[in-house]
Amino acid sequence: MSEVALTAPPAPLRSRIWRELRPVWPFLLIFGAFALVALLAPLVAPYNPNSQNLLGRLKPPGTTVRSVFYLLGTDEVGRDLLSRLIYGARVSLMVALLSVLVSTVLGTVLGMIAGFYRGAVEVIIMRFTDIVLSIPAILLAIITIAVLGPGLQNVVIVLGFTRWPRYARVAYGQTLAVMGQTFMRAAAFNGAGALRLIGRHILPNIAGAVIVVATLEFGLMVLFEAGLSFLGLGVQPPMPSWGSILSVGRNYMGSAWWIATFPGLCLFLLVLSINVIGDHMRDRLDPRSAR
Amino acid sequence: MARFLLRRLIQSAIAILGTITLVFFIQHLSGDPTLLMLPEGATREDIEALRRQLGFDRPLLVQYLDYLAQLARFDLGQSLVQRVPVADIIASRLPYTLFLAGGALIVAVGVGLPVGILMAMRRGTRLERFLMSFVLIGQSMPTFWSGILLILLFAVTLGVMPSSGVDGVRSVILPAIALGALTMATFARVTRTAVLEELGRDYVSTARAKGLRFRHVIGRHVLRNAATPLITISALEIANLLAGAVIVETVFAWPGLGQLAVQSIAARDFPIVQSIVLLSAFVSIALNLVADILYSVVDPRIRLEGAT
Repeated sequence: MSEVALTAPPAPLRSRIWRELRPVWPFLLIFGAFALVALLAPLVAPYNPNSQNLLGRLKPPGTTVRSVFYLLGTDEVGRDLLSRLIYGARVSLMVALLSVLVSTVLGTVLGMIAGFYRGAVEVIIMRFTDIVLSIPAILLAIITIAVLGPGLQNVVIVLGFTRWPRYARVAYGQTLAVMGQTFMRAAAFNGAGALRLIGRHILPNIAGAVIVVATLEFGLMVLFEAGLSFLGLGVQPPMPSWGSILSVGRNYMGSAWWIATFPGLCLFLLVLSINVIGDHMRDRLDPRSAR
Repeated sequence: MARFLLRRLIQSAIAILGTITLVFFIQHLSGDPTLLMLPEGATREDIEALRRQLGFDRPLLVQYLDYLAQLARFDLGQSLVQRVPVADIIASRLPYTLFLAGGALIVAVGVGLPVGILMAMRRGTRLERFLMSFVLIGQSMPTFWSGILLILLFAVTLGVMPSSGVDGVRSVILPAIALGALTMATFARVTRTAVLEELGRDYVSTARAKGLRFRHVIGRHVLRNAATPLITISALEIANLLAGAVIVETVFAWPGLGQLAVQSIAARDFPIVQSIVLLSAFVSIALNLVADILYSVVDPRIRLEGAT
């Protein structure tokens, strides 16, 4: 008991989180800015992202057409690029968030069940995980979208259901480690049922590892949504998505470089900030990978 | 060794069977696969005729077994649009994808490996931080954007490279850089971690204490031991390159399998899409198998673990 008294009391949770994340604050700021803009899109977007102005087509950044100012220029039908990018942030983050949620829940539950029950359940779940992992995710997504049809909802479903195996692997491995601990035997001895053991004892112990995977996957999901929309298999027009704006901009590279450049820059900055934050969290939570 | 091999072979066979099953049932997710294969506005008679022709009116289980039997004869079916065997179409496109993936692999290994070693050797210096940001940029650039920027810079503005299509060896350079960037980042990070782990071991201190030069220690001892994780990651990364080709080939109008997959979806030529997905899954399963075998040759502990 005296050992406990000698160490300083743990800092409040909020300041501890801040201390952990302080080295990556510029990237938190970038991510926060994108999230805020996405959340407040109708308030911060200067114009309606879908209103066309055929007189103001393909105008370069900083042009004013009939007293309408286009900070980042206009696209091929005269829509304000800045407003489309702002609403595009909404699509991008929403799809990524929802698909990460779907795959986290699915993968974590399956992984915990496999690690908890072992035996035949374990073999079936983990073999199935291997199979889904062996098909490149983008191809699995493409073939499923080819069947279900494109659109925001289907993209979330497809991404959620193709990306769960990574969570299942991590949850499974971590559950096995927790199962070997003494407190599990003590809890079972005291009459805790399967549901209580999984929910109260396993889940809190594996949550950290799962969250790290989810952070790193979040950036990938942003890229996947943009990639699918770039190929015409994701969000459908006129709904703005960074990937589909980029794909249109490809046709105007010689005459209107801004259409392809700015959505790419947004994607790059968002994914970069997520990757840096995710890496940092992994280093902090997993001492083995620390520098 | 034989038992380990047998176990891994059986596992791979199960994975292949599972993949085929998964792809087969995805086809039936929408209820009626015939509708996927006809242009919009097809008449009811057209739909009925094609359904009967392709055998979709039979029970699902019969169709599944028939599909397995067909694949067992290496028959991938017919293209619905071009009316030629799918295998022929794929065979005509495959060399381009292999060419592109090979180029990307050269970029990835040629840059990633030295960068990773350098980062480990100069740990904590400004050089490492600079290289690390280079790696992070490579990791976060969407391939379709880096591809477009490369075209914008080298083809449109400077005019020193072809912007798209295949025209000699020079035309593979830009797509290979775009495709290889992500893999380069992965190689650099894995190499860095592996080399760092080895540098902390006793034999390195011994070799240094004996007076061996640092460069010699790295080249002769550390790299050999660090190769093991690199083998595993290579298998995964080659499979990723083939998948990444879908987007890069679309950006650069490169006539490989990726472009074929996207075109076939637009043309509703489902047998081709299906075959490309199966093929890439097989390649990835096979590469994993090869990696595991190589791994067990390099590190006998894995073999022993498999035998018990």
